[in-house]
Formats: sequence, structure tokens, C-alpha cells
Amino acid sequence: MDLTFTDEELAFREEVRTFFRTAVPDSIRAKVAEGEGLTRDDMIQSQRTLNKHGYATPNWPVAWGGKAWTPVQVYLYQDEMQLANVPSPIPFNVSMVGPVIAQFASDEMKRRFLPATANADIFWCQGFSEPGSGSDLASLRTKAERKGDKYIVNGQKTWTTLGHFGEWIFCLVRTDPNAKQQEGISFLLIDMKTPGITVRPIVLIDGGREVNEVFFDNVEVPVENLVGQENKGWDYAKFLLGNERTGIARVGASKAKVARIKELASMELAGGRPLIQDPKFREKLAMVEVELKALEMTQLRVVADERKLEKGRQNPASSILKLKGSVIQQQLTDLVMEVVGPFAMPYQRDFDGNNEPVIGPDYATEAAPMYFNYRKVSIYGGSNEIQRNIIAKAILGL
Amino acid sequence: MDFDLNDDQRLLKESVDRLILDQYQFQQRKGYMAQPGGFSAAMWDRFAEQGLLGLPFAEAHGGFGGGAIEQMIVAEAFGRGLVVEPYFATVVLSGSVLRRAAGQELLSALVPQIVAGKLKLAFAHVERHSRYDLANVATSAKADGTGYVLNGAKSVVLHGDAADKILVTARVSGGQMDRDGIGLFLVDANASGVARRGYPTQDGLRAAEVVLTNARADVVKLDALPSIAHAVDEVIAALCAEAVGVMQTMQDLTLDYLKTRKQFGRAIGSFQALQHRSVDMFVALEGARSMAMFAAVMAGEENPIERRKAISAAKVQIGRSGKSIGQESIQLHGGIGMTMEYAVGHYFKRMTMIDQLYGDADRHLTELAELGGLFGAAA
Repeated sequence: MDLTFTDEELAFREEVRTFFRTAVPDSIRAKVAEGEGLTRDDMIQSQRTLNKHGYATPNWPVAWGGKAWTPVQVYLYQDEMQLANVPSPIPFNVSMVGPVIAQFASDEMKRRFLPATANADIFWCQGFSEPGSGSDLASLRTKAERKGDKYIVNGQKTWTTLGHFGEWIFCLVRTDPNAKQQEGISFLLIDMKTPGITVRPIVLIDGGREVNEVFFDNVEVPVENLVGQENKGWDYAKFLLGNERTGIARVGASKAKVARIKELASMELAGGRPLIQDPKFREKLAMVEVELKALEMTQLRVVADERKLEKGRQNPASSILKLKGSVIQQQLTDLVMEVVGPFAMPYQRDFDGNNEPVIGPDYATEAAPMYFNYRKVSIYGGSNEIQRNIIAKAILGL
Repeated sequence: MDFDLNDDQRLLKESVDRLILDQYQFQQRKGYMAQPGGFSAAMWDRFAEQGLLGLPFAEAHGGFGGGAIEQMIVAEAFGRGLVVEPYFATVVLSGSVLRRAAGQELLSALVPQIVAGKLKLAFAHVERHSRYDLANVATSAKADGTGYVLNGAKSVVLHGDAADKILVTARVSGGQMDRDGIGLFLVDANASGVARRGYPTQDGLRAAEVVLTNARADVVKLDALPSIAHAVDEVIAALCAEAVGVMQTMQDLTLDYLKTRKQFGRAIGSFQALQHRSVDMFVALEGARSMAMFAAVMAGEENPIERRKAISAAKVQIGRSGKSIGQESIQLHGGIGMTMEYAVGHYFKRMTMIDQLYGDADRHLTELAELGGLFGAAA
């Protein structure tokens, strides 16, 4: 047992650390550090910076810009990116649709989409969930009927994150209504400028717009936009959802947040002395740190095992990463709010574009919105209850 | 970066796992506890034969030169067996204190006897008001001719009744709470002036109250606190590993029960309420396993602050995971989990007592917070 990295790994870490802290603009990193929303331009600029240096799509096949890194390198890359408050590459492009296209699509489709996807020349969004199909995704009803060389798509998608930024949407659609649920689904790429598509915002409890409803009304989609084979979409979706392994724990991001909380709690006074010296507060923080350390160690165990296990299999402990990682992120947002005290109160979202000074310290404005917003992390991507169902069945054999 | 065992460690693991599987089934353990002294003398000899008694000692002193990882392997297996012999008291605890505090001469004299199974040790440091503070020592040591004379009372001395010799902390100078002036001494357990009252502990092991009245002692080390503190950190790392073995067994027993116990015409493990609670046990166990590994890796760290932070963090995780897994194991078993004749309650009791040893979860959380936590800017 040895928890040290090799000289090559340390050199690699230094290389990515330097890159993340010099190439990506400070203004963008500062927004991530404080939990401010990124603009579409911020995301595209950050992605293109990464892509220019070959750091946008390390998880892709080498032929399409991937890196064939070792699991340890992938871990170090993610950890350093998150510690530096660099936005993750646009997940819909890089973690979701890109790998599916690279794995299952025709060569022509790969050439058409992969370079543009890597460079964020296309901003993708995801059309999976529907109003009646959340945790039970396979029950989805948006249908695509083959008419000549087109599919006619009708239905509604929801919770479409950044759908208002999206230029293309990858959708799960029902192409065979008579087949078993999972066997009648196809994976379709749709240009969002196609007539018949309406995007409507859903405002979340923090007041922010990040998710949308997307309506499809007789939308005509060329058949060449089908990925892989018709009615095999569920397999591709499972591949997509299984792709995200260790990054989902967000350990690096949470470590950065802990460090930030310590800074803020050293500036905020409680009873005339820094809040960080308040025993109750610092014990609460220390408790989250213990959980975070345990998660980091668990993640390292998974990373170390990835080298040895055959492809597609993983250490059972990996199933914990999302479950624990989400709760830790939520606990940290709670602590930020505790740090800023009464200055969590002012609702300053609607102040955008006006020149009044911020009420309270700058770092307080996002404290409560972030706390509210982060309730989502234990809901999306398979709620923590669904994760428990999966672990109970697949690992505990119940 | 890897979590693999090397070949020697794998062999060690196979042999102790086999020993526990063959010799430490629940009914066998009951038999050992019923023997005089509360453990099996034959099992002690068996440990000696397998080289386990010499595990952590240097080869130069007659030991086998095992480190924290080797101790982790044995402790985890012993946790699964709920071993009742004074292995923890003699080899893990006193062994660590000796290795950290004793000089070459004493080590060369004692270790071969320990390795041969002829010498059992105990470490006496708890006093009526010391709680978990190793520096809180009222027992006094006064120089007297070539040795020292000790006076005071030590409590909950683990396996103190089985010990042939006892390592004792005593104050040479300073006030009761001073960090300086604490010496480590060795007394003969049967010497005059050493009164012992042995008793069973909640977890099926043994301990003793030890009263020292002008007891003659040899000095092991003056100003011994830093050595003892490091030893105790190593001991905590081993306790964490033992706890993982205990928790793993509680989870295994509980899952077996959920799959076989039928109510309302079906296995109770098919109920989602119980499935989710089982998953939370699994999550708690994996967190504990991760932190036990972290503790083992950090146990040898020479920087006392960094080491202490890691050890405290691990003990916090172990304490919390252990409490929730233990309580849930009993609850998910229902009435049968409450009975003395069923195994799970015994694991629950050992787990509970591990939290009471060398600082409970709250105590270590306070300490970790005072030291500035684990990540980022220190306060």
C-alpha cells in the first residue's frame, strides 16, 4: 500500500496545475470559486482554452482528441481542475454526447460532430427527462415517427439544463411504441433551430434560470441524425450514464470550497473574534472535512482499482461516490451560508445590470442561492434514492 | 499510488484469515471466554507459533519487523473474530509503547519473551479524572536508589489481570496536567505494592484496576509523553482496522438475515425501507474502511501534528460509522439481535467499546478542529 504518486505523476500534476492556473482567465475562475453563474461566453471561452491545449476531451478515443491517460492521471486532471476553480468542460458535450458519438455513430457523423463538439462550436443540451419520466426514464413518451428520410418528433422534454444556450439537443425518443419499453427507444440528434421547437425556462428556487422545458411539435429531423441503430438508444443512454465515474464525487471542488470557507470564516467576526475560532462552527466544518477525506480515499481506491479491473467493471465502492459527494457539496453550501450570517438575506439576483453597490460582502450574495440551488445535486443524474435502490440490488444483493 | 498488499502481506492475510475462520467461530469463542482468565492459553500459543506475537517488533530484537499495514491486516481479521486473548493489550498497545519509548537493552530483553508467548504486558495510564488525556497523570514516581517508587491508582488497564509486567505512566515532576515530567515505568505485576482487581469488560475482554503503593519500578523513559503519544496514534490506527473487521461482520450478518428472514410472505430484505438503511450501512462501512487505510498509512508519520490530524479524522469516522452500523444491525435484526446467544450483539458491544478507547468521536473531532482541520488554509 502506497499513497504517494510517482515522479511522472507528480510532474503531470504540476503541468496541469500550472495550465489551469495560468491559461484559464482569473475572472472565470473567480466566478466558479464564489458560485456565481457562468455566462454562455464564459463556458465557451473556457472550453476552447482547454481544447486548444488538448485538455478538453481527455476521456475520448485518442483518434478524436482523447488522451488515453491512466486512471491516476484522469484523477489528477480532475482534481487540479476543480481545485483551480476551472469550469468542467461542458458536460453535455464532453462527458455525454461526445463519447456516445465516438463509440456508436458512423464515421461520417463523427467527422461532422466530434471536432465541433470538442471546441464548443456546438453547444449541446440533453433531452432525456420528461414530465412523466423522471426516475423511471424508460417510460418516456416523446415519439419519433419515420416518414421517408425524416423522423417527425412530437412530445416534451424537461429539466433541460442550459437548454437556452443549446444549439443542438441529443434526445431519447420512442421509435417503436409496440416494443418493450427499453427496446423501442432511439438516440437522436436535433438542431434546435428546427421549426416546431419551443424552449421555455423553468426558474429554480434560487431565482436562477438553468433548466428548461423543450417542446417538440411536428419537428422534422433528417434520418441521418440517428446515432447508431434505431431502437438501440437505451443501450447508448446506459453507456452515457455509466461514463461518468470518479469526477462525479467533485472531491477537488469540495476541497477548494473548504479552503474558501476557512478564508471567509477568518474574515467574518462572531462575538468580536473570527468565526473560525468558534468551536461549534469549526467542529461542524471539521466533520465535513472528515467525510470529504473519507470520500477522497474512497475515490483513490476506485482509481487504483480501475487499472486492474477489466473494462466496464469497477470497485463496488464507486457507487458511493455520487451518494456521498452530493451530500458533502450540499453541507458545504450550508456552511457558507452560516459564515455570512444575516448577509445571506438580501436577494440580489434582480440587481443584474444596475449600478447600486452590493449589500454586504461580495462573497455573501451567492451564499443562499447556492444553498438553495445545490439541493439539486442529490436529485439529478439518478436521485440518491435511486442510487440506493441500485446499490441494494447490485452490490448488497437484496 | 496503490492499495495492494505485497506478497508477504498477502501471505500474512491468508494465514490470519484462515486462523480466524478455523478457530474463531462464534461458538468457539464462547469456549475460550469460559476458560480461566477469560481467554484460551492454547490460542495464545497458537499466536506465538504463527509469529503473530512478534509482528510489530524489529527483527534486531527478535520480532518480525511488521509495520502499520501488517498490524492493520491482523487487527481487521481479529475484529472479525472478536479475539478475546490479550493480543491488543500486549502486542498492539504495550508493544507500540515499548517500541516508541524503550531503549535497545530493554527491548532485547523483553521482546523475545513476548514473541515466545511467555510474557504478557499491559499499559496502565487511565486515572479517575484523566479521561482521554495522556498528559493528565496524578500517579507519582520518586527516585529511590537504582529504581523508582510509584504511588497512585490506574483504571481500566486492559488485560491488566493477565499481565506479567505493567507499563505505567507516572509523574516525575510538575502538576497533574503538565505535559512535561511524565515518565514511563515498568513494574512487575506480582510485586508487592501492586494490587490488581481484574474484571470483565462490556465487550467480553478483561481489564483491571491497579493500585500502586510504594511499588518498585524500573524506568523505561523519562519525559515519555511524545513517545507515548506516537504509540497511541499507532494503536488507534490498529483499532480502526479492527473496527472495520467488526463492522464488516455486522453488515454481513445483517444482510444474511435480511435475505433469509421472512415476514408477510417474503424476505424482509425485499422491503425498500430496509434496503435503503442497508445501503447507508454499506456507505458508512466503506468510509470507515477508507479512513482505516488512511490511518495505517499515516501512523508512521513523524510530524506529530499531521499524524494526529489524520488519526483523529480516522477515529471520528470509525466512531460514527461504528455507531450507526452497530445500532442499525441490531435494529434490522429485530428481537434476535438483542439476545446474548446471537453473534451480532457481541460485535455491537466491541464496536461500542472501541469508540470509548483512546478518544471517542467527539473528542477527536474537537481535537481535529483545534488543529485546523484537514484541508486548505489553516485557521
